[in-house]
Formats: sequence, C-alpha cells, structure tokens
Amino acid sequence: MTTDDQNSTVSRRRLLGVAGAGALAGAAALGGFELAQASDDAPETPSAGLAYDFHGRHQAGIVTPSQDRLHFASFDVTTSSRDELIALLKAWTEAAEAMTTGASVGADTLTNYASPPTDTGEALGLPASGLTLTFGFGPSLFTKDGKDRFGLEARRPKALQHLPHFPADNLDPARTDGDLCVQACANDPQVAVHAIRNLARIGFGTVAMRWNQLGFGRTSSTSTSQQTPRNLMGFKDGTANLKGEDAAEIEKFVWVDPSDDANASWLAGGSYLVARRIKIQIEPWDRTSLSEQEALIGRERAHGAPLSGGTEFTDLDLKIEGRNGPLIGMDAHVRLAHPSQNNGTKLLRRGYNFTDGTDALGRLDAGLFFIAFVRDPGKHYVPMQNQLSSQDGLMEYLQHTGSGLWAVPPGIRKGEYVGQALFA
Amino acid sequence: MKLPILLSACALAVAPLSACSLTEDNDSGKNSSNKITVTSTDDKCEVSAAKAESGRISFNVKNDGSKVTEFYLYGEDGLRIVGEVENIGPGITRDLVLTAQPGTYFTACKPGMIGKGIRADFTVSDSGKDVTIKGVDQKTIDTALAQYSSYVKDQTSQLVADTQEFIDAYKAGDDDKARTLFPTARTHWEGTETVAESFGDLDPKTDLREADLEPGQKWTGWHAIEKDLWPPAKGYTAFTPAQRVTYADDLMANITTLNTRVQTLTYTVDQIANGSKGLLDEVATGKISGEEDIWSHTDLWDFQANVDGAKVGYETLKPLLDVKDKALSETLATRFAELQKLLDKYKVGDGFVFYDTVKEPQRQELSDAVNALSEPLSKMAGALTL
Repeated sequence: MTTDDQNSTVSRRRLLGVAGAGALAGAAALGGFELAQASDDAPETPSAGLAYDFHGRHQAGIVTPSQDRLHFASFDVTTSSRDELIALLKAWTEAAEAMTTGASVGADTLTNYASPPTDTGEALGLPASGLTLTFGFGPSLFTKDGKDRFGLEARRPKALQHLPHFPADNLDPARTDGDLCVQACANDPQVAVHAIRNLARIGFGTVAMRWNQLGFGRTSSTSTSQQTPRNLMGFKDGTANLKGEDAAEIEKFVWVDPSDDANASWLAGGSYLVARRIKIQIEPWDRTSLSEQEALIGRERAHGAPLSGGTEFTDLDLKIEGRNGPLIGMDAHVRLAHPSQNNGTKLLRRGYNFTDGTDALGRLDAGLFFIAFVRDPGKHYVPMQNQLSSQDGLMEYLQHTGSGLWAVPPGIRKGEYVGQALFA
Repeated sequence: MKLPILLSACALAVAPLSACSLTEDNDSGKNSSNKITVTSTDDKCEVSAAKAESGRISFNVKNDGSKVTEFYLYGEDGLRIVGEVENIGPGITRDLVLTAQPGTYFTACKPGMIGKGIRADFTVSDSGKDVTIKGVDQKTIDTALAQYSSYVKDQTSQLVADTQEFIDAYKAGDDDKARTLFPTARTHWEGTETVAESFGDLDPKTDLREADLEPGQKWTGWHAIEKDLWPPAKGYTAFTPAQRVTYADDLMANITTLNTRVQTLTYTVDQIANGSKGLLDEVATGKISGEEDIWSHTDLWDFQANVDGAKVGYETLKPLLDVKDKALSETLATRFAELQKLLDKYKVGDGFVFYDTVKEPQRQELSDAVNALSEPLSKMAGALTL
C-alpha cells in the first residue's frame, strides 16, 4: 500500500521523461497501488526503467497504465494434489516478486555449473520494464468433468462460469479457457516473454501451458496520462473506457466487493478477467471505404472524434440526426458499446494487437486480443457482448476465435502467495 | 540429435569428479554470507577475506591476468584439494562453491595452471552450524558406476543378439518377422542411446533419420531398413536382395563395433546423470512428435526404452541422490511412475499401439508428463556434483 513516503521515492525526472506530468498525477490518483519506481541502471528507453510493486491491495496489471507489450498464458493444472498446487502458487509468487523488480529467478541460488541455470537468462541486463504479472483462476480449476478437483468448489464464485456461446463465435478449443491464467505486461516484449517462460518452467509437473498469446502493441489506455492507441482497424480504440483515475467507477465496475458473493469472500478486492481473441478480417476491412469504416465504428478515423461531433473525448450524442438518420448509426460500434446502451456499464480494458503469421490461405492472422477486468461478468460483460455480437456492424469483419474467463484474486501482501485466501 | 554424454560441466569447468564434492551433503544451495571474491592476476592472488565461517562458502574467482588460471582450496596439509575451479580464461569469472568444516586451509591461484600456485592462509571458524558431512562413501559410488557399466554391456550384448535375428529375417525376405523384430531389437539401442551417441562415428551410420541427411550423404542403418520394410505407397524403389544384404550387414557391423567399444568404457556419476537427462531429451525431441520411426510408427517402443534407460540411470544413482538431495530423488521417483502409468495405457501385449493412432491430445498428455520428469531430472547432475 502506498504512503506518501513511498511516493517520494518516485523519480520525478524519469517519470516526467516517460509520459509527462500526467503520469505522476495518475499515480497519485490511483492511490498508488502500483508505485512507479526508478531503476538505478538507466535504461535506453526511459519507460523501460519503470518498476511496479508486485504487492498491494489489488493485483498490479489491472489499473496500472497499460504497458506496450503483452504475453498472456493459460495453464491447465496437471496434478490432483492441492498441496502441489499451493506449492506452485508460492513458487510463482516468489518468482513474480523477483521478476517484477527486474531481478532473475532464483538469483540467490549459488552457481552450479553442473545444473541448468535457475533463470533462463534472456532478460539478464534488462530493466524491469514496467513488468506486471496478474494471475487468475478459471472455472475449471474448481470443477472439471463434474469433479471438485481441489476441494474448492464450495468457494467458487457464482459469477465464475464458462462464458456462454455468443452469436458468430468460432472458438478454437486450443485458444480457449484454462485452469489458470497469467497476464504479463511490460514495455519490453523480451521481458514479458521471459516472465511467462520462466513461470511455465517452474510449473512443469504441476501445470502445463494450454495456450498463449503475444500482443505486440497496446490498444487500450488505462490511464488518462496515456494517448489512446489504435487497433489494427486503424482506429483509436477504447477512448470511452474506464481509466485508472476514475476511482469511484473503478470501485463500481472493476473490484469485487465483499458483499458481492458470500461464498467467495476470498475474491473481495479482486476482479474477473475476460479474454477474447478477436480475429480481424484484415484484407476485406482494408478494402472498405473510409465512410463505411467510420460509420461502422461511429468515430472519424483521423482524430477519433465521435461522428456526432466534437473531439476525441467529447461525449457521444446518440440522438443527433443527419440526412439519413442518426449520425452515429444504430449498428455503430460505439453506440452499442456505450454505457447508455448497457445499463450504464463501463469497461476497464487492456487489449493488445496481435499477429500470429498468416493462415493457410495466406491471409494475415491478426486482430485484437481483448482483455477486460470486470466486477461481475454476468452483468458487466455478457449482456454487452451479446448485443455487440448480434447487432454490431463491425462483426462482419470480426471473428472471435478464443475466449476465457478467470477470477482474479485480490492483491498479494508481502509474505503471502497468490490467491492465498482461496486456500485458507 | 547428438548429446555426447562424455562432456560434462564438472569435468570441464570445475574439476575431476572426485573433487566435485560428491562425497559431501548438499544443504539448501542458497547463499549465505560466506561470499568471497578472488582476483587472480599473472602474479597475484587477491582473496577478499582470509577467513570464513564453517558451512557453505562461495568463491567468486575473476581472472584479471593474461594467462588461463585456476583456483584451489587446499586442506591444512597443503595437499588435499577441498575444492577447485579450473580453466578460467583471461577476463572470465567463475564460482567455486563448497562446504567447509572449521579448520586451517590454503587458497591458491595458479596462473598458467602450473606450479604450487600463489598461496595464502585461510581460516574457517566454527559457525556453530551443523556442517557434518553426510557423504556417500567411495564404495557406494564405485558400486553405482560398476552397476551402470554392467547395464550398458548387458544391453549391447542383447542388442547384438536381437539385431542378428532381425537382419537374418530381413535378409531372408521374411518381412513380417523383420517388422515384428524391428522395434524390439531397437529397444536395446534406445535404452543406452546416449552412450551409443557418444561415439560420434557410430550414431550417424546407425540411427540417422532420412530427414537428417546432408546432401550427398549415404543413408545407412536402422531407419533406411525401416523405410524398406514399411515403404511409402508411391515413389519408392524397394531394395534388391543384394542391397538388403549390404544394408543389413553394415548395420550389424556397426552394432558389433559398439558392443566391442562399451566393454572397456567407464562412466562417471555426472555422465550417468546427464545421460539420463539426455534420454528424456531424445523422447521430447524425436519420439513425442513421431519423427523417430516415421515409417513404422513404432515410436512408443523407443519412447519406453529411452525412459527405461533414464530410469536405470536414476536408480543407479539413487543411493547417492538420496543422500545429496532426498526431495529431488523422491520427486523423480514419483514422476517416473506417473510417466510409466501413462505409457502403460498404450501397451498391447509385449508391445505398444502404433504411434499414428495416438492423437494430439494424448500426445500432449505424454509431452506434459515428459516435461514434468525432465525438469527435475535436469537438476540431478548438479545436485550430485555440487
């Protein structure tokens, strides 16, 4: 937890070098759960020297200003032993504590030339690069094939269900679900990949990687200090989504409240992570006229202003009409995703652009790896996605190919391990 | 895939095995405060402290000279080597980690690797911690090494007999019999594959896969015959009876050579440990993907033989490992059993199902179990030689 003392350790010079004064204001507004700290070894890229505290009331990597790169991994637990599962979570916690400070895994282990190194080594000499590691528990960790695997079923949150089938879903089982997930975000892709690789290595025998996804560029901003990035459709994405600075709304839409689910009090202060691998039909989209692209999105492309007028951050006017009906069409993405059309719901998103090479027909296999953190997926995600999947004009160019929902336990206090309250 | 087991970090970078502290117990392997830095130049040996407390001590040795250097810790008599690190090139830093009892010692740098070295007194005071060495006696080590040697000899002698039977059937044109004998004869090869592979000339002649060939390279050995016995439907010209004799006799000659060579081969603890790990690597890289026996799909026989060979290595070293790192030993025993349980699902009679009937999700399950075993197995050599 942050105190003013800790804040005073922030290197103003470096932070200001990163993102201007907004970053500092942002950190303060967040209550500083994730404290930006300066690293001693001055990095090439100023932002690479950032280090976020692994510990806190909430897990880092949720309201933390979106880092540029993602490596997301889903794991299945291969052991049936609760003790082994707990041992893994402890080992992961220890490794995460080290890696998020820029240290190696097992750095205090003595060199043994006859053993493989404890750390795989590709991040040696690299700074922490703002690495955050965020852990989640999937529905199948609790029950699989009708079996209460680790004696956890009684404490399974009611909202932790497999996501329902949405219209037009074409999910690949090899990119869907998983007992555990780890979201690694960093400003250096090598640092993010190193983190997932080492966690997977530590897990052999207890977990096996089910699937993973690299994201090469953020498509969301989770802080008002950040510019809104563009997705692969070429548009600014997530302008109207929640920012970490919206403290009251973060409480309302992101963090699970102790009163939400009496059986799952362990999740209080946590959240739910929704992941969707959304393939964009890149080639057809690129052949679409600018006017149609803008109409489907509901914003003009150059600056991201809503078609109803103003500038990027101007509120939508869903009523204002032009010659052919509302300026923001009835099937426009921004309309259907707007809080007013979703019972006031606002999303905190951490999406990333991805490309996974080409498909068998030579088309770019690319799109948006959507991540959102929600307080109640049944209320804050499923209805919105149903609406988008069935009515959003953009769906003609999109296909959801992977999916998952995980309960994200609250932050880890020093001396605790990830998800400790669930096993208490 | 070449995994020469005769190379080992202990022998190369640190010391002969006897000095690799095999007879000492491991403690947690975590750092204590006993970290000493040594700077070796061509005429000086600067040791950051002349004393330490009993227990685990680590020397971080930097060669700031122009010659290759070595660092030694000698016992009170100045003769007994407590620990050493060899082959430190100019500019290179190496660690020497050991457990020391209270007493008087000498440190020594040997720039140029000759002479008595530049020596200094070194005192280890009593830390009060129990640093009793629960070591393994030399007899236990010798027994283990002898056992492994016998195992390899036994396997190669069976390999000679079974290969003879296989090539007899093949040369006689009894293809059904040859196809039955192919996977079982290979079992004895696969069980000691890392030993066979340590002979750089024999392995390519005997076990090269078609995909491994260089342009212009002649393909001989098991897999050339395998393709002839399980020929592809199109574009393959079967061997003539004369060609069969040539290929079969060549295979037999190489197997016989292997058998001759292993009779005089001796092993070290780290070679056996790394050999076990190497056998699992063989499974992970060749068998799990079905690339080993691409024509016959008898990969699971090879898989089992690799695992059996790795397990023999582990069990040979178990009396040592139980002392050095009991927890690791127990994990290995469990993981071997878990992998075997999975493999047993594919057993049919004395053999296995063909691997082309084992589909992706099942292969992944096998792969997960191999990973689960290989990761701790990769730590065995280090645990034994630390």
